[in-house]
Amino acid sequence: MRVNFTVNGRPQQADDVWEGESLLYVLRERMGLPGSKNACEQGECGSCTVRLDGVPVCACLVAAGQVEGREVVTVEGLAEAKGRAAGPVDSQTGEGTALSPVQQAFIDAGAVQCGFCTPGLLVAADEMLERNPDPSDADIREALSGNLCRCTGYEKIMDAVRLAAARQGEAV
Amino acid sequence: MDFLRPACWEEALAAKAEHPTAVPIAGGTDVMVEINFDHRRPEYLLDLNRVGDLYEWEVGEDSVRLGASVSYTTIMENLRAELPGLALASHTVASPQIRNRGGVGGNLGTASPAGDAHPALLAAGAEVEVQSAGRGTRRIPVDDFYTGVKRNALAADELIRAVHIKKADGPQQFSKVGTRNAMVIAVCAFGLALHPGSRTVRTGIGSAAPTPVRAEAAEEFLNAALEEGGFWDNGRIVPPSVAKRFAELCSGACNPIDDVRGTASYRRHAVGVMARRTLTWTWESYRGTAARTEGVA
Ligand SMILES: Cc1cc2nc3c(=O)[nH]c(=O)nc-3n(C[C@H](O)[C@H](O)[C@H](O)COP(=O)(O)OP(=O)(O)OC[C@H]3O[C@@H](n4cnc5c(N)ncnc54)[C@H](O)[C@@H]3O)c2cc1C
Ligand code: FES
Ligand code: FES
Repeated sequence: MRVNFTVNGRPQQADDVWEGESLLYVLRERMGLPGSKNACEQGECGSCTVRLDGVPVCACLVAAGQVEGREVVTVEGLAEAKGRAAGPVDSQTGEGTALSPVQQAFIDAGAVQCGFCTPGLLVAADEMLERNPDPSDADIREALSGNLCRCTGYEKIMDAVRLAAARQGEAV
Repeated sequence: MDFLRPACWEEALAAKAEHPTAVPIAGGTDVMVEINFDHRRPEYLLDLNRVGDLYEWEVGEDSVRLGASVSYTTIMENLRAELPGLALASHTVASPQIRNRGGVGGNLGTASPAGDAHPALLAAGAEVEVQSAGRGTRRIPVDDFYTGVKRNALAADELIRAVHIKKADGPQQFSKVGTRNAMVIAVCAFGLALHPGSRTVRTGIGSAAPTPVRAEAAEEFLNAALEEGGFWDNGRIVPPSVAKRFAELCSGACNPIDDVRGTASYRRHAVGVMARRTLTWTWESYRGTAARTEGVA
């Protein structure tokens, strides 16, 4: 079947989609957007987190056909969604885009080790900071409770989100 | 496989009547796991995401009519006062990502004994509104909805439209045993609601029998003990002997199995502990409100 939806602000069309296929598969294998990771395909790890009409969801648990006519934002669109395009941007890979504040904070705080969990965490953290610019540690833990990381022990991730929140606060 | 995309409720019912084997998909948090792992290859997927009615809820005089697809997140954010037990249970489901998609309709559809909505629905008192194109609407008391392990009372041509849940008229609690706070399927769970209006206590037990169940003998015992001692009026603390007996009877209502998450005897024990604790918490809170009202009068 064919699915029409908006990805990172641009209308897209996916053809020959199998009816039981997940949104994650469509993004990675058909749209050339491998930023969203596939680590479990059962909603446990959060590495496939994207926003569906603004709401964070596991892309592995959304049927492709369910996104018809809807808007999806992936990690590739994070910087752009925050108005951070620095020059000519490759709409597919996000290359040429400056980093979003959360992405920069993850680098500065050393919150990325193998990086597999990072895209999902970025999408989840970014959404939380939008809703809740001044989160407590408990708020951060709650918002990220659906994202597993096997490398960092989470402390640097907490640091990164606190840093992003602080910078966001200064910028206002 | 075919992907059916009804745009409204009537179309959804018509599609289900025409294709009774079609598998409805709402949040997909149960269905997609089965498809991803090839445990299920339905001939038809019936997408309910475009059926707007299913995402609506209405707070009535005595009950809340909760659309089948209203997400756990929405319940936590909007219905904490009316449905405290269900809101607490919702908060223990999985993670924000799952709670943003999954809802009570899907929990009832799956009818897993471990589903967290069930103890809360049983304790509050609820009816499941189901409909088919040919035979119209019927309301199934939630006590009769669970018919076996992952089986429910739905006919092949029926869909769940909404759940009618009694609005809380007293304190409610929900308690769940698992290995950590997030992303945990219950080893066992317990819901308890005080209904001062009818001077009754209702319970719901999860993951400790083939289906979610109420501890009816325990409820009867406690109702009689509270009545006899005039506790609803005098607001005295429930005597430890009564709480202990209530807990034993709740354990007795279990018919658990040993599995990877826990043993049968652990489940029986834990249900008793949760029964005693939730009774204490809710009764303390009831006494608190009762005392305040007296103070004002
Ligand atoms: C990682 C993970 C963790 C989880 N943790 C928990 C947990 O802690 N507690 C818990 O209770 N559950 C948990 N679940 C299970 C799941 O999230 C819940 O059962 C949820 O309520 C399902 O809702 P849904 O809308 O996603 O259902 P779907 O997957 O869309 O559907 C579930 C079933 O219900 C049927 N159905 C859906 N809507 C209707 C309708 N309107 N009429 C008739 N049939 C319908 C479907 O055909 C299917 O059989 C977890 C799932 C995952 C992936
Ligand atoms: S791949 Fe989707 S949650 Fe793990
Ligand atoms: S950095 Fe390796 S899983 Fe998180």
